[in-house]
Amino acid sequence: MTFALDFMGRRHIATVVSTVLVLVSIGSVAFVGLQRGLDFTGGVEVELGFPAAVEIARVRAVLADAGFDSAVVQSYGAQTDILVRMPPVEGVDQSDLGNRVAAALAQAFDGVSLRRNDFVGPSVGEELTENGGLALLVALGVVMFYIMWRFTGKFSVGAVTALVHDVVIVVGAFSVCGWTFNLPELAALLAVIGYSLNDTIVVSDRIRENFRAMRRGTPVEIVNRSLNQTIGRTLVTSLTTLLVLGALLLAGGEQVAGFATALSIGVVVGTYSSIYVAANALLAMGITKQDLALPEKEGVDPTP
Amino acid sequence: MARGPGAPGNAPSRAAPPTRIGAWRYVVLALVAALGGIYAAPNLFPPDFALQVTVDNSERPVDAALLAELAAVLANAGIAVKGSETMAAGGGLLRVGGSDDQLRGSALLQEHLNPAGRERQFVVALNLASTTPAWLEGIGGVPMTLGLDLKGGAHFVLQVDMEEALAKRLGDEAEKARDRLRAERVRYRRGAEPVQGDTIRLGFATAELRDRAIDVLDEDFRLPDYVVAEALVGGRPGLAITVQDVKKREIEANAIEQNLTGLRNRINELGVAEPLVQKLGGSRIVIDLPGVQDSAEAKRKLDKFANLEFRLEAAADNRPSELEAWDYEGRVVQLNKRVILTGDRVVHAAQGRDQETGLPVVNIRLDSQGGEMFHDATAPNIGRGMAVIFIEHKPIVTVDEVDGERVERHGSRAEKRVISLATIRDALGYNFQISGLTVREAQELAFLLRAGALAAPMYIVEERTVGASLGEENIERGMLAVTAGFALVLVFMAAYYKVFGLIADLALTLNLVVLLAVMSLLGATLTLPGIAGIVLTVGMAVDANVLIFSRIREELKTNAPARAIQAGYDRAFLTILDANVTTLFVALILFAVGSGPVAGFAVTLSIGIVTSMFTAIFGSRVLVHLVYGRRRLTKVRI
Repeated sequence: MTFALDFMGRRHIATVVSTVLVLVSIGSVAFVGLQRGLDFTGGVEVELGFPAAVEIARVRAVLADAGFDSAVVQSYGAQTDILVRMPPVEGVDQSDLGNRVAAALAQAFDGVSLRRNDFVGPSVGEELTENGGLALLVALGVVMFYIMWRFTGKFSVGAVTALVHDVVIVVGAFSVCGWTFNLPELAALLAVIGYSLNDTIVVSDRIRENFRAMRRGTPVEIVNRSLNQTIGRTLVTSLTTLLVLGALLLAGGEQVAGFATALSIGVVVGTYSSIYVAANALLAMGITKQDLALPEKEGVDPTP
Repeated sequence: MARGPGAPGNAPSRAAPPTRIGAWRYVVLALVAALGGIYAAPNLFPPDFALQVTVDNSERPVDAALLAELAAVLANAGIAVKGSETMAAGGGLLRVGGSDDQLRGSALLQEHLNPAGRERQFVVALNLASTTPAWLEGIGGVPMTLGLDLKGGAHFVLQVDMEEALAKRLGDEAEKARDRLRAERVRYRRGAEPVQGDTIRLGFATAELRDRAIDVLDEDFRLPDYVVAEALVGGRPGLAITVQDVKKREIEANAIEQNLTGLRNRINELGVAEPLVQKLGGSRIVIDLPGVQDSAEAKRKLDKFANLEFRLEAAADNRPSELEAWDYEGRVVQLNKRVILTGDRVVHAAQGRDQETGLPVVNIRLDSQGGEMFHDATAPNIGRGMAVIFIEHKPIVTVDEVDGERVERHGSRAEKRVISLATIRDALGYNFQISGLTVREAQELAFLLRAGALAAPMYIVEERTVGASLGEENIERGMLAVTAGFALVLVFMAAYYKVFGLIADLALTLNLVVLLAVMSLLGATLTLPGIAGIVLTVGMAVDANVLIFSRIREELKTNAPARAIQAGYDRAFLTILDANVTTLFVALILFAVGSGPVAGFAVTLSIGIVTSMFTAIFGSRVLVHLVYGRRRLTKVRI
């Protein structure tokens, strides 16, 4: 398959689209907020299996009678599964709350089984939030230096811009849709960085190669040529990754659904950003052949 | 490693000669495939659900006869026993059909082996028994360990209350200092609690006494552990002995170690197969209890912090400053402040009943030093009352306002009460009994004293308990996701790249096999996020081949097939390396910051990146050569 698409001809439209998406994401996180899950907020989550479908209202009533006023009850995946969530309560030790909820329900309903009981203390949640944020920053920093070393400063800025763009939009999507953001979703976010970077490096590699190899052509032409050469590979890899993520989303169950969703959005946005953010940023910074003058020594370089 | 590109002088010809690659490459690939296959194989044998029986207080060993007896008990209740064996480490295993049989069988065996009213004879625990053939195990083949989210069990993170640990230790040190001063006849002022934060304060009547105290205490309290400074204590000359950071860290490390030991003993009492108790950072302990379904029961025993204090009742010659008022059975009693013994000296404790009254008691045996201390304290005081004080720490959460920010602080509150006040009739020695408790309290106290004292209270900051049924479901779903994802990618690659696609499929299959083999050999734990990592690896691992193949397609426009193939591999190599190294960085960062499940994802992703580089570049190259390398090529389909 060969392509001759004018990617960079539409780069101004892409700039507008990206900017709007990023702004909407930031705005949503700032004003609507991100629904942080148990791992970050702390609290209690109990998943219970009932032998037959059960009315949520009845479960609520039983829990209210037992004095668990703050309990949020919802069905979880199957009709027979119930998830009870309780936010952290100040000044109360919650470590045995889950057991008490399970006991109260086991008394009221026959054959209730405890499927999962998660308790996260508020201090642990805060630490995770801090560590998670730190991990994202460290990941971006390390990536920036590696690309600066392997490529140049301009590529590095382009790549990191693309990564920040992807991370912000994935988080924004979770905020806009009101999905719960938990530890697996944070892991997905880091995997998005890894994935998107992969893409960006492949594209950047080709841009560098072509800047050195092509004697003629404006930077826009060279970037366009490079994007056309790599678009086949970019699409195939995105497709195979989306295929497995689709399998994970459909077959993996509730506990990995958020992870698969976050990563799927990330793969789509990451593919787009390696073309329209990373390459676009290179042009915006005015990349020239001098930026990519061949170093004195390079072990394996395809330049003739 | 890839070779450099062909020399520019080699003009492309339409039918290039076959490329040569060393025979060693075939050997390496065959070897990796064979080893990968062998060491991944144990994962194909799903473990049996099993009941593990080990001796606790019984004289009878767990042998074939006992196992046969137990198998009959299970068979009577309609539970089929698939097999039984004794274990090298002691104890025996009974294999049963499923998790329901396992739970029901466990209750039956408990009932059969441990008659009520006696010390526990045997421990019955839930376990999984390997079904790996003996020859595979013989060469080191082991299946991956399954995480708690896949096999069910309880996971706890406990925070050790370090402030309390420090306070307790400094309290001991302050007592030591006072003993020393008494021995040297340096009179100090009795007064308020000597330990405040990380400082011990002692007051004296005159500056001379204080100066003598400095000399006396210099041996025990000096740099780098302590700084001794002059200070005003209660308006009089005094000393402030401040513990230094080095010593503080040592005290904290000791506290963690002591708590770890205490916890291990407690968990042994719980009867769990293959528990894990580990330090986590500076002040936390992580506990994994596979197979434990009732986390409430486990929790009652894990973070309970209870102790005993023995004190003498007030005597006529005691000064008021030496005494404290306590409630006991509705009246006020005066007790001496000095503690003659704590539960730390207990080596054995068992709950029983008083032979005369039938009331619950705890029979206690002390270690030799404790026995002497107890004898020395009680011998001169026959006829005087002795109180036993029960101390229980309850977790509390307080909210502080620090610089306008709300900070939650966990801590614990010691609840102390006098449980018995009895007249000393004889000098007491190593063995004695205490009464005044309910049956439940006697049981718990005996358990806690037996399990060993903890250096500091702990509280649970995280719990993740997964039921066995959810664990099984997670495995099934994970397997389905891997299989489906893998099949989709295989079909797509074959359809899109034809012969080369099939080669990539082979490389991908090999990648999956090697990934499983490496994880098994490393003893990595497979978790649900780990499975997600495998799925993602399957999707991303083909990228290297996609890069190579699209490069070959490009090169085919200007080069003969054989050279195009060579150039495709060579030119794509650095790109693949760069892309993978950066992804590896991200995975390692994820591993460094992630706890439990996320770390599992990071591990599979990292291993997957490394194995996929090998199989996609080296492996597929050899395969391509196998297919195309030995003949003159005029056309390849890609």
